[in-house]
Amino acid sequence: MGPFLEYTVIGLTVGSFYALVALGYTIVYGILRLINFAQGDLSMVGAFLGWTLLVSFGLEHLPIYLALVVAFVVPMLGTAAVNLGILQFAYKPLLKRSLLAILITALGMSIFLQNSAQLIWGGAIQAYPPNLLPSSGIFIGDVHLTYVQIGLVVISLLLMGGLVAFVQSTTLGTAMRALAVDHDAARLMGINVDQVIRLAFVLGAMLAAASGVMLGIYYVQIQFTMGFLLGLRAFTAAVLGGIGNIPGAMAGGMLIGLLEAYTTGYLSGKWEDVLVFGVLITVLVVKPTGIFGERVAERM
Amino acid sequence: MAMLEVTDLHVYYGNIEALKGISLEADPGQIVAILGSNGAGKTTTLRAISGLLRPRSGSIKCAGKSLVGVDAHVIVGMGLSHVPEGRRIFNILTVDENLNLGGYLVRSQPRLIKERKAGVFKLFPRLAERRMQLAGTLSGGEQQMLAIGRALMSDPKVLMLDEPSLGLSPILARSVLRTVREIAGRGTAVLLVEQNARQALAIADKAYVIEVGRVVLQGEAATLASDERVQRAYLGGFEAVGTQAELGKNN
Ligand SMILES: Nc1ncnc2c1ncn2[C@@H]1O[C@H](COP(=O)(O)OP(=O)(O)O)[C@@H](O)[C@H]1O
Ligand SMILES: [Mg+2]
Repeated sequence: MGPFLEYTVIGLTVGSFYALVALGYTIVYGILRLINFAQGDLSMVGAFLGWTLLVSFGLEHLPIYLALVVAFVVPMLGTAAVNLGILQFAYKPLLKRSLLAILITALGMSIFLQNSAQLIWGGAIQAYPPNLLPSSGIFIGDVHLTYVQIGLVVISLLLMGGLVAFVQSTTLGTAMRALAVDHDAARLMGINVDQVIRLAFVLGAMLAAASGVMLGIYYVQIQFTMGFLLGLRAFTAAVLGGIGNIPGAMAGGMLIGLLEAYTTGYLSGKWEDVLVFGVLITVLVVKPTGIFGERVAERM
Repeated sequence: MAMLEVTDLHVYYGNIEALKGISLEADPGQIVAILGSNGAGKTTTLRAISGLLRPRSGSIKCAGKSLVGVDAHVIVGMGLSHVPEGRRIFNILTVDENLNLGGYLVRSQPRLIKERKAGVFKLFPRLAERRMQLAGTLSGGEQQMLAIGRALMSDPKVLMLDEPSLGLSPILARSVLRTVREIAGRGTAVLLVEQNARQALAIADKAYVIEVGRVVLQGEAATLASDERVQRAYLGGFEAVGTQAELGKNN
């Protein structure tokens, strides 16, 4: 029983990072039927911005709470600006064109972000301050929870809770959901559709950036390539939960995290990706609408 | 001065000219019916006025201000509301959320939203009962009420309705049209596109008949209703229309 709970804790921690990135895929897809393949790389950009602040600018020497707030907020804003740029210059001119053109552009944006990061921060692995959060922890029964895990899961839950509250209970959030149904009808309500699309890109990027900083804190090492696999796993999570579906993306992220942790724990790390992408292919073949199926009416 | 004034409107779909110079006017409190067979250009006219389509040429004025080239979401704020063909309610949202979106432009004024919602519920008490229900689970008649109620949330000076009685039983259709009369009675200018020419002419003040993108007849509703050409083409003999409506009910 011991290792099982241990793996579960790891799975939920990592799963919450995937969930955040998956939410970005799902929010943007819900509105535009566009898979923003740069989503994982946005997370990488966030991780490097956080690293720059903490290490290069020496923020790590500030009081921990202050350091954390700045190391999350600034990368989230910076990455949001990057994603807005991608929307404006890469996707906007293509929105009326074929889906294939947009898909290829999205892949191109992923490569563009990776190469830009390599130019700016170099190709070498960089390290987050290893002891930003105390490395000790607490025991619940015989399960050891580190403060890092607790802290990161709490931040993830706060971000996800904030997103759900925004989407479910504000009129602007309702407008985002309405856009998943009918753009023209939304225009007739007085909704500035372009503005809501920008909002979706901002939110998606902010969640991705937050997950990037968390990955840095959790795994310590970051590199410009880190967004690629992360993005694919999060995409799998979004598809698993039913792309376009917000609770689905969160549940999908957790499931992928758990799957990865159990596989690594019981089999070997080598099998991780085989299983994760096995899930992706199986879902796409067997139930393309994901576990939470239904919904996502075709855009008019 | 007319509340809505459309002059020589030309609209194209690609190379095909769908509207070949439409002109029409609506005064406050007036119901103006637009009649015409399928494909005549009625929906295109409304979509051009509300900004969903860009006209090639022509002028559109609402309360004296030009609407040409203005984005659809801005036009709503200028006092023009459009209930589109097929209702287009947000079926995954609740009735209440649909109404909130109708009041999107005044969303920062909860008092105003509450007041207008109360007005909508007074007009359509059924919606009040179904407030928390998903719009997609409403009956056809209720969905049409919601589509109209949602459009009223922006407190429009001009309300455009595209075939509001389509797919409704004759009784429901009559009740919806009665409500339209009530809305106009408060001073709103109403542009009513209807396939049911007889019922539309019965509540309208004046009407335009459109054929292949042109206004071919216009005048007082009562005059048109007794016009021989209108009777032949659109009223098709009173008995025949009645039968059709009855058939529609059973579908
Ligand atoms: N999206 C479109 N693309 C091309 N042609 C269209 C489109 N919508 C309507 N049309 C054409 O424009 C004409 C007018 O259509 P419409 O305004 O929908 O007529 P109505 O509402 O009177 O039935 C028709 O010939 C129709 O085929
Ligand atoms: Mg039509």
